This record gives sequence, structure tokens and C-alpha cells, in this order.
Amino acid sequence: MEYIIEAENLNVYFDELHILKGVSLKIPKNTVTALIGPSGCGKSTFIRTLNRMNDLISTFRMDGTVLLDGEDIYNPKVDVVDLRKRVGMVFQKPNPFPKSIFDNVAYGLRVHGINDKDILEHKVEEALKGAALWDEVENILDKSAMGLSGGQQQRLCIARTIAVEPEVILMDEPCSALDPISTTKIEDLIHKLKKDYTIIIVTHNMQQATRVSKYAAFFLHGEIVENGRTEQIFLEPCDQRTEDYITGRFG
Amino acid sequence: MGDCRLHRIIPPKIAQKIMDVIFWASGIITLLILLMVIGYVFYKGLPVINLEFLFTDPMDSGKAGGIFPMIVSSLYVTFIAVLVSAPIGVGAALYLAEYAGENRTVRLIRFGAETLSSIPSIIFGLFGLAFFVIYLRMGWSVLSGGLTLALMALPTILAASEVSIESINKSYAQGSLALGATKWQTVSKVVIPAALPGITTGIILGMARAIAEAAAILYTVGAALITPISLLDPARPLPLHLYILATEGISLDNAWGTAAVLVILILIITVTTNTLVDRYRKQMMGR
Repeated sequence: MEYIIEAENLNVYFDELHILKGVSLKIPKNTVTALIGPSGCGKSTFIRTLNRMNDLISTFRMDGTVLLDGEDIYNPKVDVVDLRKRVGMVFQKPNPFPKSIFDNVAYGLRVHGINDKDILEHKVEEALKGAALWDEVENILDKSAMGLSGGQQQRLCIARTIAVEPEVILMDEPCSALDPISTTKIEDLIHKLKKDYTIIIVTHNMQQATRVSKYAAFFLHGEIVENGRTEQIFLEPCDQRTEDYITGRFG
Repeated sequence: MGDCRLHRIIPPKIAQKIMDVIFWASGIITLLILLMVIGYVFYKGLPVINLEFLFTDPMDSGKAGGIFPMIVSSLYVTFIAVLVSAPIGVGAALYLAEYAGENRTVRLIRFGAETLSSIPSIIFGLFGLAFFVIYLRMGWSVLSGGLTLALMALPTILAASEVSIESINKSYAQGSLALGATKWQTVSKVVIPAALPGITTGIILGMARAIAEAAAILYTVGAALITPISLLDPARPLPLHLYILATEGISLDNAWGTAAVLVILILIITVTTNTLVDRYRKQMMGR
């Protein structure tokens, strides 16, 4: 199997708090991997080490390695800007910019130096189609993104992310602020996107994990208790703690 | 607890009614005071204003003639003040809100700005006289006056801009950085545009402070009755003209006329910017 990300013995600290404790995980290419586990177990911290968003927090320290396509992303020679172009992120709460729908999707492209109007228009349309939003916004591209519904905003954020053509998309509980219909749309979208992208999704929703992911990892107290194929984790977990969590005995 | 005792004596619903009336009355009183002051200025001043008053030079020290040089002087010194203070104030606000962490330098800058804004304007005037007029040899001029006003407007612009930048949702910046934007791209393309309404309001507050100021320019701008052209020409902005007309007993009528022109000028500036800011905000937020 081909792995796109390999995290090896990751330890993450915020000040004296030891958040991730010796986490190792390999993410297979062009699949969906779900990270599950109770709140505060380190799932979000883990995915934020993959695009170095934790670097923004001054008390962050880590050791261990994270390889992307075999390259250490914490090597001092690595350009963080370039890394974040390759590893995109969709946040828990939809966070479109207070700009037009078009400018939201074009933002990443412009930031990376694409200013040609025809290319921008083409790529924005492609990204919006890719995020299953084009039909709804085709005629209001110049309207503010803040006027869209929560579910539309989240799909816009996905469009914004795929516009810069990343290899990996990190999703941090992307549906937790959405209603069930919008959630279904995002899940359908995830199925569509896995052809071209590797997706890592943090979720608190067990059903969602079984619906969208092929692989899963169960986090508890900053460690990975168990990981493997999603149906194996849910149907025949090896560890008692995994079984307790997925059957709702705690968490 | 006073609140509980109040509830025991007065039934909550009646207490609510009483408080509603008190708050309503406070609002109305504030509005009335504003209308009274502006209304009185207009009542005394508007009859004096005509095209000749607006567009001719004063005669006989201002007893007759118009106030054209004073209008130009006011706009000129205010323009200089904003031109100098806005970039510095907004820059410092960006530094405080986006770049600096919470450390001693930052607390010192903030303390400095707060202190600066509470210094009486006449002291700014005295400093301007010593520093710009005498030490830097700018003389009594538009430049000296404008720079003195810039010092006064700076803390106002800084404080309003910082609050506005601070209030921008942090998730915007996160979204931008996660797309591979640099810090400066994030600040210039996302944070500043989102904070622009607040920053503009701050600049207008600073501008209003500068255009209305008499004490700070008393010692720095001279009191010439001619229209200033060069930066080093002396001038006489509207508040100073008003002050001289009234205190030297030259013409109380023309003092009221000058006051009305000043108020109208400030109203035009604030109403225009508020409209533009509102339109921009609506467009940005899609409402």
C-alpha cells in the first residue's frame, strides 16, 4: 500500500502539557481516514501537526517525525507556505472570508501568484463544481460569501481548499456546526473527493466515520489505541477501550 | 444584594417598566442636548452664511468679509494631520494587534498612547511651538500646525484601529494561513479589508479631533488672514478664527457664522464617511 503521510513517534507539548504521546500513524493515499475519540484526546492537535498550524501557537513543542511523500515536513528547509498549499484544511466552523464567493475561491490561487482572469475564472468554476456548490452560486459569484447558509459556506471552504490543488485535505469536524441535510451533502462530497485527494477527517460522529472512511484511528488520552480498516475497528475491535467507546460506554 | 431587595419592594414587571422609561429618557436627553447645541449654533450662524461669506477674504480683521482663507486653512492642516497620523496610527495598531505578543514593549506602547490621548491640547500646542516652530525652524505654519494636530489625532486613530483589528474573527486569519498565505498576505488581503470600516471610523474620529482643535494650533499656525498656499505659510483655521473673533470682540455675528461653517464641515465629513462605511460593510457581509 502507498502511504502519503507517515507520522512516527510524535510527541506534542503545549507548555508542560503532554498532548500527543508517541503517536505513529500511516495514512494511505487517496483514501479517507477517520480520527475518532473523545474530546481532548489529541485528534485535532494531531491533524494540525500535519500542516504545521500548531506552529502558530507560541507554547507548542514537538519531537518525532512527519513525512509527506517521504519528506520530513519539520525539516528547517521546508517552506511552510508550500506545505500548507499541499496539505489543505477545512475547519470545524465554516470560515469563509468576508469577500465575494468568487474572491473566496480565488484567494488561494491569487496568493500563489495566479492573476490571469481567464485562468482564475476557469479554476474557480472547477473548484466550485468539485465542491458541489456551482449550481447554487453560479449566478451570485459576486455576492458576499457571508450571505450563504452554513452548509453552503462549508462547501465553499472546501472549494477554496481544493482550488489550490492540495494532495491532502484535513477536515476538523467539518459537519459539527451543520444540520443533517448539509451534513449528508458534505459526506457525499467526501466520497467524490477521495478519488483525487487523501482525506483525513476528525469526527465525533461514529456513524459518520463508518459512512465516509475506509481507515480509522481511535485516539484516547493522546495515544492511538487502535487503528486499521474502519469496519474492523467498528465490528471487531481488538482493544476493550475501543469497544467501550464505539458502543457508547464512555466519551 | 440590592437587586433582590428592589424586587421585593417593586414587582419585577413594574421595575422593568420604570427602567425602560429611565433608559428611554436618558437617550432622549442626550439627543436633545445635541440638537440644542447644534440648533443654537445654526440659529445664530446660518443667517450670516452666504456665498460671499464662504468665498471671500476677511476685511477689517474679520469684522466684515468672508472666511475663505480659514476654510482652506482648516482643510489644509487637517489634511496634513491625517496624512501623517493615519499611517503611523494604523501601522502601530496592526503591530499591536497582529504582530506583537503580550510583552512589556506592547504594554508600554499602549500605555503611551493612552497617556497621549489624555494630555490637554494646549500642552500639545506648547510642545508644537517649542519643537516644530522653534527647534525644527518650521515657523508659524501650516506644517507646524498640521504636525501638532497629527500628534493629537494619533492616539485616537491607534486605539480605534486596534479595537477594530482585534475584533476581526481569528478564524479568517487561520483560513488564510491554512491556504498557504504568508502572514503579510493574510494581514493585507484579509485582516485589513475586514477591519477597514473600523479603521476608517478611527481615522474620522482623529480627523474630527484635529479639525475642531483651537488650543493646539494657537501657538503653532500663526494667525494670518490670507489663504495659505505653501506648507510653510502661516494660516488661521476656523476654530482659531472663531476664538479670535469672539475673545477680541471683533464680531460675534461672524464668530457664530464661522462656528456654523465648522459644524457643517464636520457633519459633511462624518455623514459621508458613515454612508460609505455602511455600504462597504453591507457589501462585505452580504446583507
